[in-house]
Amino acid sequence: MTVKKVFGRPESLCDVPTLYCGGCGHGVAHRLTAEAIDHFGVRSRAVGIAPAGCSVLLYKYFDVDTIESAHGRALAVGTGMKRANPDLFVFSYQGDGDLASIGMCETIHTANRGESITAIFINNAVYGMTGGQMAPTTLPGQRTTTTPAGRCVEREGAPIKMAEMMATFDGVAYSERVALYDPRQIRRARKAVFRAFEAQLNNCGLGFVEILAPCVTNLKMTPDKAQQWVVEELCATFPLGVYKDALPKETNESKPVPAAPERAGATAECGSVAHAD
Amino acid sequence: MNATAVMTQERTGKRALVQGNIALAEGAVQAGLDCYFGYPITPQNQVPEYLSARLPETGGVFVQAESELASINMVLGAAATGARVMTSSSGPGISLMQEGISFLAGDQLPCVIANIMRSGPGLGGIKPTQGDYLQATRGGGHGDYHTIVLAPASAQEMFDLTHKAFDLADTYRNPVLILADAILGQMKEPAYLEPAYPRLEIKKDWALTGADNRPARNIRSMYLEGDDQEQLNYTLRDKYDKIKKEIPMWESADTDDADLVVVAFGTAARIASSAVRMARIEGLRVGLFRPITLFPLPEDALRELASRVKRLLVVEMNLGQMLHDVRAVAGADVDVAFHGRPGGGVPTVREVLDKIKENIA
Repeated sequence: MTVKKVFGRPESLCDVPTLYCGGCGHGVAHRLTAEAIDHFGVRSRAVGIAPAGCSVLLYKYFDVDTIESAHGRALAVGTGMKRANPDLFVFSYQGDGDLASIGMCETIHTANRGESITAIFINNAVYGMTGGQMAPTTLPGQRTTTTPAGRCVEREGAPIKMAEMMATFDGVAYSERVALYDPRQIRRARKAVFRAFEAQLNNCGLGFVEILAPCVTNLKMTPDKAQQWVVEELCATFPLGVYKDALPKETNESKPVPAAPERAGATAECGSVAHAD
Repeated sequence: MNATAVMTQERTGKRALVQGNIALAEGAVQAGLDCYFGYPITPQNQVPEYLSARLPETGGVFVQAESELASINMVLGAAATGARVMTSSSGPGISLMQEGISFLAGDQLPCVIANIMRSGPGLGGIKPTQGDYLQATRGGGHGDYHTIVLAPASAQEMFDLTHKAFDLADTYRNPVLILADAILGQMKEPAYLEPAYPRLEIKKDWALTGADNRPARNIRSMYLEGDDQEQLNYTLRDKYDKIKKEIPMWESADTDDADLVVVAFGTAARIASSAVRMARIEGLRVGLFRPITLFPLPEDALRELASRVKRLLVVEMNLGQMLHDVRAVAGADVDVAFHGRPGGGVPTVREVLDKIKENIA
């Protein structure tokens, strides 16, 4: 009788315990990203860009080349890498403060240039590593260490909706918001990450996945309560769904990435089907 | 190394009449520039304009970034892949880049950054100045680090030193800053636009190229465990000590019998050199010492000079920045006088000559 292995640690994920808090979404999001790296066979040409934040330790967990970026600059660093060597598979892994606050300028201009990079965006509505301050995605009324009375929209503005915003750029090939609160959502998140990889592999522009995940420590909740908060609160403000899918109908995963001068032609092949579900 | 070894090498071929900024850009191209990332700011705009047309001819990459902050981080990303990379800017743009320059120094990534200085503080003006000496030679951003700083004084040196800057960056895995001003950037002069020697080819066995049949690599400047961060700083210090020993460059003229030696770099040295020539015609025993590397400052040569002259006269287009370094090197036994013009003021030859006479009496 032969035994088929159906589940194991992805090759691109190091066999070490993470320093993340129990119930935090980073572990699952790391795994999904590593599964995509393995699935598409890009480990030998992948470079991961770590942000400032809890996931600055990305290099400990991913068995691929990695670099640490200044706070918010990951996609500018990625632009430099991808332009210098278009054969690299470049992915950034950023939090909400990193990508949507201090790095907003770099984020939207990278999107606008249509860089073929994959951006994994973890939205937990709070600054995790620095101790729970207000993020650009903090919910109205949400108490943080710098909004002790709750976020006041009149005073601090409303949460920024990145997946929707990214979908407005011609240079973005794929934008979806997903969550990790149950196995079904995790499977959807996996598909979204794969799609954002395909955007880069087909040279169609930026692939963007916003992952809603709880920062249990700063929410001061147990993991199960925190998941419930994602379902009831976070998802209410940040609706899940595909906001843009401009990839060709049938993507060819093994299609070689064209060299830089051919990019313009490659982009023209991509459709522009935008829909939300 | 004395400047004459690098700068006045026998050269054949024809000289071209070329603007300093273009000479700088072409020097980079001939050093094998792979990528340029930049953002417009006067008085350095000819650099990106020229490269936007020139790099496609050589298969290089040109990107106009959304800000200097983005430019320097694109430089960092491209440098991490092993490419030869540069950016250029001025004043407020260079200030914005300091975050990235600190990261490049901490990551030990090679790149070239040209600062065609404009007067400050703040938005300042576009007139020539040397007000960024301290920012350039101290590091400029946060943390204990240095960039190598080269100070050209002609269109020829804009070409030669930029070409050399890439070799230095690769050799020491360190950012190299070209510190020039609007006069050097905008002025047209005859120059040879072919390098005096071929570029170095240095194997970059640290570059992020994908973990293909080798262990994964990581580039970072944050070390949380034990005393790793302290050790990184010691490693950097050892590297800077090596740089101080190996690369000082300077030019000196008429110093053998001099009672007074003028110390100046860049445009100020060009002006001072005319004043020294006029003083010699009048029979005054005056010489010129021109540092070409500002970090490292040619301390040994300067110390030796200070030991045998009566007085040094530092001339700068600022209110006295290199002055402090010259005083520290010269020691208490020699007088160090100063003449400076800040905020876009350019000293005239007559003005410097008067200062020479005032100080030689």
